[in-house]
Amino acid sequence: MIWLNVVIQGVLIGGFYALFACGLSLMFGVLKVINLAHGDIAVVAGYVAVFLTPHLHIPEVWSFLVVVPIFGLVGYVVQRTLIQKSIDRDPFTTLLVTFGLSVVIENLLLEIYSANGQSVNIGDLIAKSWHPASIIYVSYVSLGVLAVAVAVLGLLQLFLSRTGTGRLIRAVADDREAAQLSGANYRHIFGIAAAIAFATVALAGIAYGMMTQFAPTSGGVNLLFAFEAVVIGGIGSLWGTLIGGIALGVAQQFGAHFNPEYQILAGNVLFLVVLAIRPQGLFGRRTALA
Amino acid sequence: MSDTLLDVRGISVFHGQLCAVDDVSFSLRRGEILAMIGANGAGKSTLLRTIAGLHHPSSGAVLFDGEDIAKLSPNRRVRLGISLVPEGRRLFSSMTLEENLQVGAYRANKGPFTIQRIYELFDWMPGRRRQSVWQLSGGEQQAVAIGRALVANPKVLLLDELSLGLAPIVIERIYALVPEIVAQGVSILIVEQDVAQGVAVADRVHCLLEGRTSLAGAPGDLTSDQIDHAYFGADVSHAGPDESATQ
Repeated sequence: MIWLNVVIQGVLIGGFYALFACGLSLMFGVLKVINLAHGDIAVVAGYVAVFLTPHLHIPEVWSFLVVVPIFGLVGYVVQRTLIQKSIDRDPFTTLLVTFGLSVVIENLLLEIYSANGQSVNIGDLIAKSWHPASIIYVSYVSLGVLAVAVAVLGLLQLFLSRTGTGRLIRAVADDREAAQLSGANYRHIFGIAAAIAFATVALAGIAYGMMTQFAPTSGGVNLLFAFEAVVIGGIGSLWGTLIGGIALGVAQQFGAHFNPEYQILAGNVLFLVVLAIRPQGLFGRRTALA
Repeated sequence: MSDTLLDVRGISVFHGQLCAVDDVSFSLRRGEILAMIGANGAGKSTLLRTIAGLHHPSSGAVLFDGEDIAKLSPNRRVRLGISLVPEGRRLFSSMTLEENLQVGAYRANKGPFTIQRIYELFDWMPGRRRQSVWQLSGGEQQAVAIGRALVANPKVLLLDELSLGLAPIVIERIYALVPEIVAQGVSILIVEQDVAQGVAVADRVHCLLEGRTSLAGAPGDLTSDQIDHAYFGADVSHAGPDESATQ
């Protein structure tokens, strides 16, 4: 029963990792850009939800309805200006630029909101949970986040496989030049991919603020977990990212069960084992077109 | 509407320090098939990619329908009616056959070529449309690449090294389609290393040697000696018989 609880808690946190990571995976898959500010964007979304949406008289629980579309728009604009400019120079520049963006965001947040922890106020929902067995508690918030993660990944998968724009995104990811020759404006497609990445990570940031506390520097450690989820699951596979996130979450919970200090260590060990045995990830594709 | 569809005027293209195309001019008339022949590294593919918008000429102009298209991106040129079937086919490897065609059709111009029409042109395709393209043979992949370009309904189709890595029988089948495509009002610019193939199908031949035009004319007006000379640069016509005599 103890082990069942460990797995359940791992799966719950894994859903959050996947929601956090899917935008990172999309940005890397389509733009070939590793966005080192990905985690910080989530944190900014959290701050916007806590400090700015109350001015609009929107309860913090519902803030994502406003914040997520805004971040999608911001993602498109940031891509078409800052990130595209750095892609045009060379790939290494994108690392420097997103790293710089990360530093700027963290310090601005520290300056404006101090280092105090914040969380998204969801009233007494935070303490409620489902109690199916003696020692198993399933928090409603975590369950909700897992459900949202699965729904977002499912919708994204449908969008990518069934719509014309989704197919163009995959075409650009496969072969940018060939996609241009098929009439795709790759810069616009890059913008759409970045918009999706920013919107999903904003949602993840608000979800994080509902589950626990965040501070200006919370982005970094979550970015690390997102990287691990993407690599474990395999780049370019959304369901792989979900499985990767869940595997990471379960590994961490197992580690924490033996000793709370082992929580992050166990996740890192799983990450390294997958890298060593199956570098393309659990669901990654190694085959290339001859 | 003038008779000339594509007018290339004295373009030079550099890859860094290397001059790949040196002051080349030619024009393509409506409904015409022009074969650009030349050895490896003669600048044929670079020329084609420049017309498609993937390279930018350092001098000269490319006019399409009388309009200078120098500033247009490759995707804008597709909308104007220029489609390139790139060397090496370059299919979208994570997609099925049909999805590859759908990408080509997404921003398509109006015209005779629909995905349905492509399926009629290549009758083996409908049965395998849900297969991943990496499960197809080289010749089949080449057919998908042609289909993907055709569904955009181009006015001019640029074909880069269709025959590369394919069996002769497969090449023959693919070239057999060219008249059907031209019958729909599409002009074709072919780049070929295989001289015989290029000469057989084309209305006119343009030969490149080390980035420069070495010969141009209708296949009927050119002797094979002339073509060999233009293709290789050296005067190989004398070396040929001597060599065979000693064997």
